Amino acid sequence: MEPLTRIQREARPESMLINMGPSHPAMHGTLRIMLELDAEKILNAECEIGYLHRGFEKTCENKTYFNLLIYTDRLNYVSPLINNLGYVMTVEKMMGVTAPERAQLIRVLMSELSRVSDHLTCLAAMAMENGAFTVFLYMMKAREFIWDVIEFTTGARMTTSYIRIGGVRADLHPDWRGSLATAVRETRKVLKDVSGLLDKNSIFLGRTRGVGVMSKEDALSYGWTGPCLRSTGIPYDVRKAHPYLVYDRLQFEVPVGECGDNYDRYSVRMREMEQSLRLLEQVAALIPDAAPLGGGPAIEPAEALARSRLQRADERVRLSPNLEGSEKERLPGLTAPDPLVGVPAKEDTYTTMEGLISHFLFFMSGKGIRPPKGDVYFSVEGGNGEVGFYIVSDGTDKPYRLHLRAPCFHIVSALEQLIKGRFVADVIPTFGSMNMIGGELDR
Amino acid sequence: MLADVLIVLAKVVLALTWTLLLALFLTWVERKESAVMQDRIGANRASVFGLRLFGLFQPFADAIKMLFKEDFAPTFSQRALHWLAPTFSFFFVSVAIVAVPFGDTVRLFGRRIPLQVVDLNAAVLFVLAMLSLGIYGILVSGWASANRYALIGSLRGAAQLISYEVALGLSLVGLIMVFPSLSLSRIVESQGALLFGFLPKWGVFLQPLGFAVFFLAGMAGTKRVPFDLPEGESEIIGFYTEYGGLKFGLFMFTDFLEVIVLSAMSTTLFFGGWQVPWLGDGGFAFPWGGRLDVAPWAVTVLRVLAFNLKVFFFCWLQILTRWTYPRFRYDQIMDLGWKVLVPLGVGNILITGLILAARG
Repeated sequence: MEPLTRIQREARPESMLINMGPSHPAMHGTLRIMLELDAEKILNAECEIGYLHRGFEKTCENKTYFNLLIYTDRLNYVSPLINNLGYVMTVEKMMGVTAPERAQLIRVLMSELSRVSDHLTCLAAMAMENGAFTVFLYMMKAREFIWDVIEFTTGARMTTSYIRIGGVRADLHPDWRGSLATAVRETRKVLKDVSGLLDKNSIFLGRTRGVGVMSKEDALSYGWTGPCLRSTGIPYDVRKAHPYLVYDRLQFEVPVGECGDNYDRYSVRMREMEQSLRLLEQVAALIPDAAPLGGGPAIEPAEALARSRLQRADERVRLSPNLEGSEKERLPGLTAPDPLVGVPAKEDTYTTMEGLISHFLFFMSGKGIRPPKGDVYFSVEGGNGEVGFYIVSDGTDKPYRLHLRAPCFHIVSALEQLIKGRFVADVIPTFGSMNMIGGELDR
Repeated sequence: MLADVLIVLAKVVLALTWTLLLALFLTWVERKESAVMQDRIGANRASVFGLRLFGLFQPFADAIKMLFKEDFAPTFSQRALHWLAPTFSFFFVSVAIVAVPFGDTVRLFGRRIPLQVVDLNAAVLFVLAMLSLGIYGILVSGWASANRYALIGSLRGAAQLISYEVALGLSLVGLIMVFPSLSLSRIVESQGALLFGFLPKWGVFLQPLGFAVFFLAGMAGTKRVPFDLPEGESEIIGFYTEYGGLKFGLFMFTDFLEVIVLSAMSTTLFFGGWQVPWLGDGGFAFPWGGRLDVAPWAVTVLRVLAFNLKVFFFCWLQILTRWTYPRFRYDQIMDLGWKVLVPLGVGNILITGLILAARG
């Protein structure tokens, strides 16, 4: 017989026990909330996590620093680029590498796009679970425009793996200014529509105002970060507190809430999106247009290879198939110059012996990225809080230990406290406003 | 005698066909209207011989899909009750429609045929009674499913319907005081007169507060967003958690039928039913003095059309509301019912009584 859970042992005989999740329409990802109910009132609650556990941290111990990047995409799958960034900057801090200016600006651009898409998804789901389906689709529409920019640049919608150790994988898409302007414009429009639908809607206010109230002290002691912490009135934002990339040169505000209830979590996210859009416009103005590729005809790699039997070909080699903007000429602006940090240029790999050797040296096991011995912690501001990576290196090409500080782990741990004594229906907006992401919670 | 029976039969068939077709059509309208509101295209793939007609065949495709699904009942459920629950819901709401007058009278083969299935002298009470009997469908379904979510849903549904029943009944008392009759056909006929010489004497102009309470309480009775607590698909999944296929389809269909019944009742009681403003039996008599003669058959057609248009307007309004607002919470919906709508309904009766007494 299975051992009794805490709630089963403590439950009064006359109350009703009910399982919310792991398969339940409102438990995004998978979380199990066991509830002890007296009709509609929640007498007791117990959350059980781990239904999406795939051993991320353990897996990382068996992957090289370069290879484990793709696993970070799958943590917070709503804003994968910020996870990429957090991991990559931790390794860079370890190795003492700094990304070139252009790469830093692109990183900020991608972070802010991801943040907007993260907040949009969270609020959309929260609104939908409260019955406002139209809000959900409005926000999904805006997210689609944002994902267009991301897709044009990174070649993927979710599993981007775009931000690489030392820089970024490729330059921005040639038409990125147009698609970014569309995304910003459409998102502004949607935010205005959603504000109109929800901000003063008495039904929505009734469902969120004064529900799931978290005090400053409790929020701090649970280790809350991100919009949830800011909703309680504490203006802690990693981008301001420990500026990274070029955030210290950009103008933005950190919106805070008043009482830490569901409505504050909603409104902080709404205002933060406005700030992110502001940041996007500033960064877009800072990024110079990409220099045109060098003139002269480009030849196919096969032809360059054939000619190099006699003498190395001087002509530009056409790079295909690959992500747009990852040409050799552009690489110096996009990755750190160190050959053992960034992937060598593909033109060289395909056409010259030396290039092939350096390619092998980068990817062979035991070679490649090998940070010095020691441990390091670095965190960035993610969609729902501080995304921190703690890496212990033993000097080999694989981390000895990698720990992820997932923001929603700390946030969800307060859920039991917030829903106890309230109504069943209050679980939905409270849980929705926390923005639990299963991939990040169960690492 | 035989002719009478045939006429009644024909009217029953006509009324039911009209209601069911309108309900089917409403499923399409709901899809399309929500799509327009949400910047989508909406269902447009169902086609017959390549003819798509903006997805108008979608309801039929849905019906066929539901018909051919497995008739599933969970192991611990009470099979007979599990099967009966959706039929209860469906039956009571579709019966309610027979009391509604669709038009005035037609003369066919020397007979005067009122366009109403049965002219009950207590039709208002009949419709209210049938709507409240629909609770049994919800209660039985929750109990028979042997599922805790379904049980919570059915309890919520029962509490909600009973609470709003009170407000619904109270909101109509004022109207019945103004048009002293419980017969729907009589109420519609009295709405043909004019107020101040130009305004149609519709219930909504005499009883604006009564209409507001009636429509809100009625919408709560249809169990759709923002009053969809018995379903609450993201909270408790609802009283039909354990239903699939045609049985689920019946519940869905009942929702749309309730929307139609509420629209038909709002039209009949508060918006003049089949009355067209200023249209008498002989033709239009405009308040500014103009006259326009209309043939008797055209008068009938116009009136039936007017009734349909008004019903359709209220269906549209309800769907619009459904896709705009979030959902209430259980205690809030009880507050709204008992602390807002019931006092307003009582206040409406008092005001109406005072005015009637003052006018003698």
